[in-house]
Amino acid sequence: MNNVYYGKLIFELSKEGRRGYTLPKNELAQYNIEDLPAHLMREQAPALPEVDELTVVRHYTNMSNNNFGVDTGFYPLGSCTMKYNPKINEEMSSLPAFTGLHPLQDVSTVQGALEVYYNLQTSLAEISGLSEFTLNPYAGAHGELTGLMVMKSYHMSRNDDKRTKVIIPDSAHGTNPASAAVCGFDIVVVKSRPDGTVDVEDLRPLLDDSIAGMMMTNPNTLGIFEHNIAEIAELVHEAGGLMYYDGANLNPMLGMCRPGDLGFDIMHINLHKTFSTPHGGGGPGDGPVGVREGLEQFLPCPRVVLDENYELKIEFNDESLGSVSGFLGNFGVIMRAYSYILTLGKENLRMVGPLATLNANYVKESLKDCYELPIEGVCKHEFVFDGLKDKSTGVTTLDVAKRLLDYGYHAPTIYFPLLFHQALMIEPTENESKETLDGFIEVMRKIATEASENPELVKGAPHNTPVRRLDDTLAALKPVVTYAELAQAE
Amino acid sequence: MSKIIEGLYYSESHEYVKVEGNIGFIGISDYAQHELGDVVYVDMPEVDDEVSAGEEFGAVESVKAASDLISPVSGTVVEINEALEDEPGLVNKDSYENWIIKVELSDESELEKLMNAEAYKAFIGE
Amino acid sequence: MTYKYFPHTDEDIRTMLDKCGLKSLEDLYQDIPQELFLHRDYELPSEMSEVEVRKMFKEIGEENAQLSCFIGAGVYDHYSPAVISAILSRSEFLTSYTPYQAEISQGTLQYIFEYQSMMAQLTGMEVSNASMYDGTTATAEAMMMAVANAKKRNKVLISDTVNPIVTRVVETYAKFHGVVIEHIAAEGGVTSKADFEAKVSQGDVAGVIVAAPNFYGIIEDYTGWADICHDNKTMFIMNCNASALGAIKSPGEWGADVAVGDGQSLGIPMNFGGPYVGFLCTSKKLIRKMPGRIVGATKDLDGKRTFVLTLQAREQHIRREKATSNICSNQSLMALYVTVYMSLMGNQGLKEVNALSYSNAHYLADRLVETGKFELAFPDKPFLHEFAVKYHGNIDELQKEMLSYGIQFGLKLDDETLLLCATETLNADEIDEAVCYCESIVNA
Repeated sequence: MNNVYYGKLIFELSKEGRRGYTLPKNELAQYNIEDLPAHLMREQAPALPEVDELTVVRHYTNMSNNNFGVDTGFYPLGSCTMKYNPKINEEMSSLPAFTGLHPLQDVSTVQGALEVYYNLQTSLAEISGLSEFTLNPYAGAHGELTGLMVMKSYHMSRNDDKRTKVIIPDSAHGTNPASAAVCGFDIVVVKSRPDGTVDVEDLRPLLDDSIAGMMMTNPNTLGIFEHNIAEIAELVHEAGGLMYYDGANLNPMLGMCRPGDLGFDIMHINLHKTFSTPHGGGGPGDGPVGVREGLEQFLPCPRVVLDENYELKIEFNDESLGSVSGFLGNFGVIMRAYSYILTLGKENLRMVGPLATLNANYVKESLKDCYELPIEGVCKHEFVFDGLKDKSTGVTTLDVAKRLLDYGYHAPTIYFPLLFHQALMIEPTENESKETLDGFIEVMRKIATEASENPELVKGAPHNTPVRRLDDTLAALKPVVTYAELAQAE
Repeated sequence: MSKIIEGLYYSESHEYVKVEGNIGFIGISDYAQHELGDVVYVDMPEVDDEVSAGEEFGAVESVKAASDLISPVSGTVVEINEALEDEPGLVNKDSYENWIIKVELSDESELEKLMNAEAYKAFIGE
Repeated sequence: MTYKYFPHTDEDIRTMLDKCGLKSLEDLYQDIPQELFLHRDYELPSEMSEVEVRKMFKEIGEENAQLSCFIGAGVYDHYSPAVISAILSRSEFLTSYTPYQAEISQGTLQYIFEYQSMMAQLTGMEVSNASMYDGTTATAEAMMMAVANAKKRNKVLISDTVNPIVTRVVETYAKFHGVVIEHIAAEGGVTSKADFEAKVSQGDVAGVIVAAPNFYGIIEDYTGWADICHDNKTMFIMNCNASALGAIKSPGEWGADVAVGDGQSLGIPMNFGGPYVGFLCTSKKLIRKMPGRIVGATKDLDGKRTFVLTLQAREQHIRREKATSNICSNQSLMALYVTVYMSLMGNQGLKEVNALSYSNAHYLADRLVETGKFELAFPDKPFLHEFAVKYHGNIDELQKEMLSYGIQFGLKLDDETLLLCATETLNADEIDEAVCYCESIVNA
């Protein structure tokens, strides 16, 4: 990454008549597309750029130089698990023996691909303590939706159709209630106690036969383990509901605890968090969903199953909730996650959780004298500060975040969770060295000093980035979302 | 200190009703616009739509927040404030001058359930 | 002992634990009741070196067969320029997250803006979101968007000529979301206009979903359909093959309200079903009803033209259960894929891809019909690069024999119908060869 703003759009590099491709000559030109009925054909050509190949290469290379990735530097974005994305995984996922497969080609010719899918399924089941997995959902939110569909299918299969509500803690990520709403559930909010964990006394009266289940993230969005989880699961189960585990924070559990052993019935995993597949600027990820024994039949189709002759089959079954994807998920992402699990093996996978947790606690303990730590005690893989300790300077969490960019760090997650006004959520992963963390700690302390001594410097940050603070209001007030609109406005 | 106007009716979700004859002008209080920040969009119903007390009839959006508009009264929408389509920031300038919808009230007794200026002032803790 | 992905020396661990006032790594979990721990190793293989991992994947890969591709059905084997994978492997793009910190994410934000601009052009619509998971889920999102927009209607019609894989996902979402899906019948390979009119005129339909080209490769005539929908306050949604839109009439030109589909045909490898990218484009007036992320132009403090995530007040992290969708990411890297593809190809390249595919597919169709064992299933209907044929013989046996020649010969639709496809990646010789094999099998 460099700090010189590139800022051009490919449309602005276009010159009529240039081209960036070659295609074979048409040997069959007697079959002419212009013989198709004119009224079915496009009248107005799309205004796409006309550029040569080198221009395209330089354009996107220059653009990438204005971007910050995990390979650039420390990326402590809370709740996103920005771990290192090993290069071997990229190499494996781009093997032509896999990338060239059509998803509908004969099952006998894709046994290798199915083997990868099946083995990852069973590996995830072992890691999570659940019985069966589907890898079809494309992302975490998609996994949530799929998991809730399993929950609903289970109750419907028992003709228990009055269970219309899902309980969600107030500390949950907004995706939980949004997924429940898309799945047609009503949402009941359960309160947190001051330490951020679910208030069991608030939960009790909410439980009745209208409850389909409860969604939980554990450790929760504050990085705190829900130590009452066994009791909560028992209460929900007694009321006839199912427990859903949002795998957003699975990383610190690796090697230590399994959601299935904590009493959860359904869960999703973010392969792009816990299993190191690259975030790709927002996607593609993959959101496998696992279930306890007795719920397998509801998982979405297609399913990969091993038949009695030890051959892998692609199956559709009637009890299934239906389909949530065209085919078998983001297969390229599945390849990477499998490569990661093979590379680490059981010896190293078990170290992921403890080391991620150690890193988080080390940063927390090293900074809690200058940043407000609302919840004392050991955290798991992440923790939340409620802004600077000294609130008198007027320097906000946003300012601290922006100042970090000046020092070459990605900012933590800010203003989430909503339980604190100045939330600053930090998640260093297991891949970061003590030296990296010490560097970050030093800069965070320096920013705290700057906030007292020269608050305007922090409030005006960033100063050393390709661009300075952006006008969010202007963007939302008069949305300009295409080049055509932009060209008109300019 | 938020501006609160005497003679208007206020709801707990921070909408106000200004009554002229059987017409209610509904908008959000000065306190509410301040809490939201720069308003970038007001989602409004259509003329002739029915609104019911306690039910949502639209939303006000700022960059980082969104707040549903809950109707304090029931009735039929007779006019929407079209000026807000082009310039939603008017709500920030003066939220009482810039009402959002005009409703023909179907049940004036509903007004009794709302707060007066004094009660609303206490409600928002000012 | 350190591991290549864990930089912690024993001394580091000791120093760091000291700072936390703890004695061992187990102490970090002291808040968790003992009985909840996994007191054993995972039952998984031991660690592998890169040498071993490479060997393992090579061996597994040998259980797959690379076939000559005469199949489409929603996933197409198109040419993918070498430039794209080189750009995509740049780790500044690959290893970044959603561009929340705009000041250090202009790269991602700009290409998404370019993506939105190009998809809007390609579909002939005014605006596009930042992309979705795939074409099936994008269509399901469009279905929910129609219902949300119509407020009091919860019925959506879907044509029987839409790819059944798409329909299956739409129906799954609908079942859970409380939406009633009704089918519009197909006649002779195209959507029945009479059935469409009869159903939409009931006045309770939130949206209508049709396909272009349809599942059978046919380019349907939707003249007047948008008007009929709009007269009934119904949203007209078109599920399209992105690449084909370089040639066939665009959803914008047909008057559609929403254009959705899969961007895989814009050069993305077939990759056994994913990752692909879904697109969703609509009119400016519906922009706030649109699911997914959106990037907009703005200015920074110095007045520089810059780009930022915008209209976030529609989204789940702010609106929670009232959000337009639960989706909280886009398929960013795959959006970059199709953006670089369209930059290289331009309008002319897309036209040529379609022209070549048309020639190949029509040549294939003619050659097959000449054998006397095949006939077009819908002989009077115009198709682009995919078509259905009736086969006078056993399709299973034919496909099996063709496999032995390294050819995936279409998709079996029923006992006598085969859906075949030919794109620009095939040539006349390969088609001749395949037809030759066919004849030898048929005559054996």
